[in-house]
Amino acid sequence: MPLLEVRNLHVCVEGREILHGLDLTVNAGEVHAIMGPNGSGKSTLSHVITGKPGYQITAGRILFKGEDLLALGPDQRAAKGIFLAFQYPVEIPGVTTMNFLRTALNAQRRARGQSGYSTPHFLKRARTVAKQLNIPQSMLKRGVNVGFSGGEKKRNEILQMALFEPVLCILDEIDSGLDIDALRIVAEGINAMRSPSRSMIVITHYQRLLNYVVPDVVHVMSKGRVVKSGDKQLALELEASGYAQFEDAA
Amino acid sequence: MDLVLAKAMPEDKANAERAVGNVFAAAHGRLPGAGRIADIRARAFEAYERVGLPHRRVEEWKYTDLRVLMRDVLPLAQQPDAPALRRAQAAVEQSAFEPAIKLVLVDGMFASDLSDVARLGKGVDVGTLREVLETSTSDAMAGLVLSTTADAMISLNTAMATDGVVMTIAEGRVLRRPLHVIHVATASSASHFTRSYLHLGDGAHATVVESFVSAETACGYQANNVTIALVGDQASLSHLRVKADAADAVNISSEIIAVGAKAKLNLFNMIHSGAVSRYQGFVTLAGKGAELAVNGVNLLRETQHADTTLVVDHAAPNCVSRQNFRAVVDGAGRSVFQGRIIARPEAQKTDGKLTMRALLLSDQAEADNKPELEIFADDVNCGHGATSGGLDESLLFYFGSRGLSENDAQALLIQAFLGEAIEGVANENLRDFATAQTERWLKARR
Ligand SMILES: Nc1ncnc2c1ncn2[C@@H]1O[C@H](COP(=O)(O)OP(=O)(O)OP(=O)(O)O)[C@@H](O)[C@H]1O
Ligand SMILES: [Mg+2]
Repeated sequence: MPLLEVRNLHVCVEGREILHGLDLTVNAGEVHAIMGPNGSGKSTLSHVITGKPGYQITAGRILFKGEDLLALGPDQRAAKGIFLAFQYPVEIPGVTTMNFLRTALNAQRRARGQSGYSTPHFLKRARTVAKQLNIPQSMLKRGVNVGFSGGEKKRNEILQMALFEPVLCILDEIDSGLDIDALRIVAEGINAMRSPSRSMIVITHYQRLLNYVVPDVVHVMSKGRVVKSGDKQLALELEASGYAQFEDAA
Repeated sequence: MDLVLAKAMPEDKANAERAVGNVFAAAHGRLPGAGRIADIRARAFEAYERVGLPHRRVEEWKYTDLRVLMRDVLPLAQQPDAPALRRAQAAVEQSAFEPAIKLVLVDGMFASDLSDVARLGKGVDVGTLREVLETSTSDAMAGLVLSTTADAMISLNTAMATDGVVMTIAEGRVLRRPLHVIHVATASSASHFTRSYLHLGDGAHATVVESFVSAETACGYQANNVTIALVGDQASLSHLRVKADAADAVNISSEIIAVGAKAKLNLFNMIHSGAVSRYQGFVTLAGKGAELAVNGVNLLRETQHADTTLVVDHAAPNCVSRQNFRAVVDGAGRSVFQGRIIARPEAQKTDGKLTMRALLLSDQAEADNKPELEIFADDVNCGHGATSGGLDESLLFYFGSRGLSENDAQALLIQAFLGEAIEGVANENLRDFATAQTERWLKARR
């Protein structure tokens, strides 16, 4: 059984259809890259998989380990191990990163019937992971993403992924806004989490990330559909020739 | 429409006044102070009677129409007996916190057995209003304690006050323990009136907390309390007030404060229970370079009504005032914030800011924010801002996607929102005290 199965997905926002019958199958342990022009619906797909309100699913289904996801709230999906690294992480003044991370991690663990981490145990883990990602302790004491640079926000997303240990990781343009060193650190963080039981969907515009995080499958999205799928070679072809060839296919 | 009102009003007013008239007449023998004090009371009551309970056509009370919300003034509560004091004690134990010194008023009467007067240090004098009015030979003191304004509810308090605490802190004295005035209601369907006084000498530092609570089973009462405070030159006062009355109680508290030169006043006001609550503060920055910080929080649910009204009168040059209000309104609650900054002609270099933000958690929730500036000096820097709206959906989704339930996500965001006001409380213990109150409110919301 595939880990994630998206079948004939039609999604509307404010009466306008944005995804027009999208299909996608991701098996356990695979890394899929999704590329495609601006506005083709990549972030919309990531939001619908994670349960963001405001989208009408007019047809199709999303199965996670064979179970219908659409009936679940975002928190229930998170507890099942679905994680989204946001293209634009929000700033949350007044809630410290540490408090947020601990509350979220323990909420997920309890929803899965596990016991919550004690504060010292949690702190130790958070500090270790932060160090690997080159995130200073002082950042963890600040409001969530408040005053973080673009790159710091992205690293904070990877920190959460590493702490929560999800089963399906969706990374929406995790490489945007990262300098060369940060890209390498983030890519190492992602690669360290690759495992036969964990799958990833990496949304990106650039081949460079895929040099580090080598995908098993590459998809091209255009106008709300997956119009072509192939192996890592496809990303190289796109880099050379652009998306024009797919305009008609969509 | 106008015709109907014109017909209805005099009758309503007459009814309300008749009720109060009876209340005052009935209470007369129990009100301390004879001679000149009795005259002051009678005149204050006349002043009240002329206008009656404030209603929506009285500008200052526009959003809090007591003719509708309160209807009439209930009879004065009986002097608490031994069982009442025992019930009060349980409520006191719940709201007391170390290392504060408790000063307890039960149904409008000072309860020395529940208070810690013996723990007061040197340079701090605490007496009761009753003693001052009955024994003081100083007319000036008695007059000050009973000073009044044009506000009808303060006039009514002047007429009806049965007791209160009179706190005098000597020049230069730095209090280590907060004074904690706890107002406890034990009687149901009754009213009580207290008048307290605080004089902080020049250069003195003090923290005063006021809590309003009810004993188990006390319901439907009306509390009317006034505090008069003088903050001496270069003195520093932190004053925190938490209203946690019975769910169907009415609480009208007023405060008149004068702040001396280079003195610092830090006010925090929280209303999180009671059917109808109003806190009205009249602060005069009377000495050059005085600084005022006011933070207020209204937490409402069901059909609760909470009103925080503050008039900051810059009467001297170089004074700074900051007013920062936050409301969280659930159910069909209604929050009112009125903040006014006055800069008199002599108040050059006035620096006054006023911010009000309301978080509306339901479609029926309502927030009325009314900021006002009255500027008569030409070299001032004053501004205000008011917003209201719901919780940010994108933040809620971010939390949800990290596994937080909707309720937990809301609670975190509400706490963060309130934190913007609570962080303005000067003292860390008091910040924790205030935060604990908000947590209690959030827990009860689930
Ligand atoms: N809330 C919304 N209201 C209206 N239109 C929306 C909304 N969300 C997305 N859209 C539209 O849906 C289309 C797809 O947007 P989406 O963000 O999914 O694209 P994307 O592929 O992620 O683009 P990019 O590469 O620029 O990030 C766009 O035309 C966008 O304007
Ligand atoms: Mg996008």
